[in-house]
Amino acid sequence: MDFEDTPEEAAFRAEARAFLDANAERRKPGEVEGYRRGQDAPGAMERAKDFQRRKYEAGFVGIHWPVEWGGRGGSPIQHVIYNQEEAKYDVLTGIFGIGIYLAQPTICTWGTQEQRERFVKPAMRADEVWCQLFSEPGGGSDLAALRTRAERDGDDWVINGQKIWNSGAHYSDFGILVARSNPDVAKHEGLTFFILDMKTPGIEIRPIRQVSGSSHFNEVFFDNVRIPDSRRVGPVGAGWKVALTTLMNERHGMRDAPGPDVAELFRLAESIELEDGPAIDDAAVQEKLAEFYTRSQGLKYTKFRGITALSKGQTPGPESSIIKVVAANKLQDILSYGLDMIGMAGPTMGDSMPVAGIFEEALLYSPALRLAGGTDEIMKNIIAERVLGLPQDPRADKGLPFRDIPTGARK
Amino acid sequence: MNFDFSDELLQLRDQARRFLTDRCPPAVPRRILDTDEPYAADLWRDIAEMGWTGAAIPEEYGGVGLGRLAICVLAEELGRAVAPVPFSSSVYLATEAILQFGSEQQKQTWLPKLAAGDVIGTFALAERPGSFDPAKLTASVSNGRLTGMKLAVPDGDIADIAIVATRSGLHLVDLNGAGVTREPVATFDPTRSHARISFSAAPVDTLPNADIRRLLDYAAVPMAFEQLGLSQAALDMANAYAKERYAFGRPIGSFQGIKHKIADMYIQVELARSNAYYGAWAVHTDAAELPVAACVARIAACEAGWFVTKENIQTHGGMGFTWQMDCHLYYRRAKLLSLALGGAREWKHRLISELRARNTLLEAA
Repeated sequence: MDFEDTPEEAAFRAEARAFLDANAERRKPGEVEGYRRGQDAPGAMERAKDFQRRKYEAGFVGIHWPVEWGGRGGSPIQHVIYNQEEAKYDVLTGIFGIGIYLAQPTICTWGTQEQRERFVKPAMRADEVWCQLFSEPGGGSDLAALRTRAERDGDDWVINGQKIWNSGAHYSDFGILVARSNPDVAKHEGLTFFILDMKTPGIEIRPIRQVSGSSHFNEVFFDNVRIPDSRRVGPVGAGWKVALTTLMNERHGMRDAPGPDVAELFRLAESIELEDGPAIDDAAVQEKLAEFYTRSQGLKYTKFRGITALSKGQTPGPESSIIKVVAANKLQDILSYGLDMIGMAGPTMGDSMPVAGIFEEALLYSPALRLAGGTDEIMKNIIAERVLGLPQDPRADKGLPFRDIPTGARK
Repeated sequence: MNFDFSDELLQLRDQARRFLTDRCPPAVPRRILDTDEPYAADLWRDIAEMGWTGAAIPEEYGGVGLGRLAICVLAEELGRAVAPVPFSSSVYLATEAILQFGSEQQKQTWLPKLAAGDVIGTFALAERPGSFDPAKLTASVSNGRLTGMKLAVPDGDIADIAIVATRSGLHLVDLNGAGVTREPVATFDPTRSHARISFSAAPVDTLPNADIRRLLDYAAVPMAFEQLGLSQAALDMANAYAKERYAFGRPIGSFQGIKHKIADMYIQVELARSNAYYGAWAVHTDAAELPVAACVARIAACEAGWFVTKENIQTHGGMGFTWQMDCHLYYRRAKLLSLALGGAREWKHRLISELRARNTLLEAA
């Protein structure tokens, strides 16, 4: 039992560090990136693209992808090591995540050679940015209930309908789209998967203002939008299976929740005065801190167990499925407790606040982390059904042709 | 990174699981619960013969020399089986105290007997309700004789020797010797007997350089594994029942009220497992981080044990509250183990004082 790199892992880590030292600024100790300092900062996209190009040239994009995809042909553990190192530097790479980690693996798995050659490299270099066009007002957790129509017309498909929660659609060049090509069969069987050029006529993008006031995501409307059949990914009617490849990649990532963690709560407790002196000396505060610290450590070592599996060439075990649920809930619990300690001054936003206002900022973006990429409820279904083997809920729509499925108010 | 047990230890775990499935089904702790038998002496004998009691004792003292990681592996399996044996008292505490602090002569005298299971050891600390404070202990030693009273000593009625904590340190006492009066006490988990022990000028053999906190830290890690095994067993029980029990024409595990609860139980158990593994690494390497790792392993194990065993009863409905179902075996034992070594509340305060004493660890969190 040890935490040491193997000699090969250590050499790769050194290589990653050398690249990062030469191309990025190290984060200051204790610096936490909210959106205000990250994605929403002026000039963020240009800086992000510039770094991504250098990262690609140095061979750190698609580290664990096969060479025939355009990857490095490295191991999953190298990918983890690179990400561990990159997290210590002030760089923005999340903007390209949909293109690189969701769209391209799906295209490489299901698409044509021509599609691979056309799309993979520009996405890796951030020459082209991607968005995901899956969820709809009537189909989120129940994604296969989506209603956007795809109708064949000659060599084209004609798309009509609406998508929602599309992060980055407003700056994306391409989108991965799932639409209903046949409403007369059961819901999972009538879907088809496409690559959509976001500059095609008939697309209207409307930003959605979030709780936080930012607009990271959008509604996207399609009015007779034409997609050539050459941009179809996988067979007609196989869209659900193709989309599952995307969703597996989305849910696989051992994702943490960005924002204030237990270290920031400690710093806050050291800087705040309560009734009987510094918060850090208060017995009740200490017990809460200990509980949060224990949860944080539990997550950290759960990730280490997953990394150990990767290091041995195995697939991470089911324990990795708990990370997103635990991390997002912990963030909300920590920020709420932090704000309680700040007390009446707590609502104030901005740099003048203890720990630079990150508790206040996280209040407004944290709900998204329990929804995006699978809600807590869907994640718990996955844990219960796939890990623990519990039965699925009975489904009222099972086997029904899509057009006969009850929808409530939404028609 | 290799944050897992070696193949050899994983094999030991499988062997232990097979053995205990066969030799310690729930009927065994039930036998102790239902009768006056204080512990499963036959099981203890078998465990000792397989070398488990001497797993961490070096071969020169009659042990097997597998190290502390082997104890963690065995502890998890004994927890899973709700084994009614004094393993934690004798191995994590009495043996560990002598290994860590004993003189050469004390080691030569006691370790071979403890390894063989011929001598059962225990640890006597608590004197009153409330949290442990070494400065407030009243038991005292003068001229090599101990006077005082210890409450609810685990396995105190069956042990042959006790490591007794006083303000002046740790003392080895022959419980069958002069000046010792033992009185079994009723507890909420009779599958592990307890006794009140009065010492009246009982002769002691003091352990040099003893450190009570260090002993508790070392014991907390295998204890966390025992709690983990118990929690996993309660989770498995709830999961199995949710699949076979039907209500409203479907398995109750298909209702999200139940399946999400069981997913939450799984989450707690996995977090506890990850923290216990960190503790195992720390005892194995004798790391400077051990006090922090022990606290975290302990807190997570206590939280998981309580949550999982109470929700296991809840999942079973009214049946879960019957004597006939095994749910209560886990429920009793989980709380018992979370109070042994002091409750989670104490360990939380301890964790914060350890972290404040070493700022650098916070950055690593």
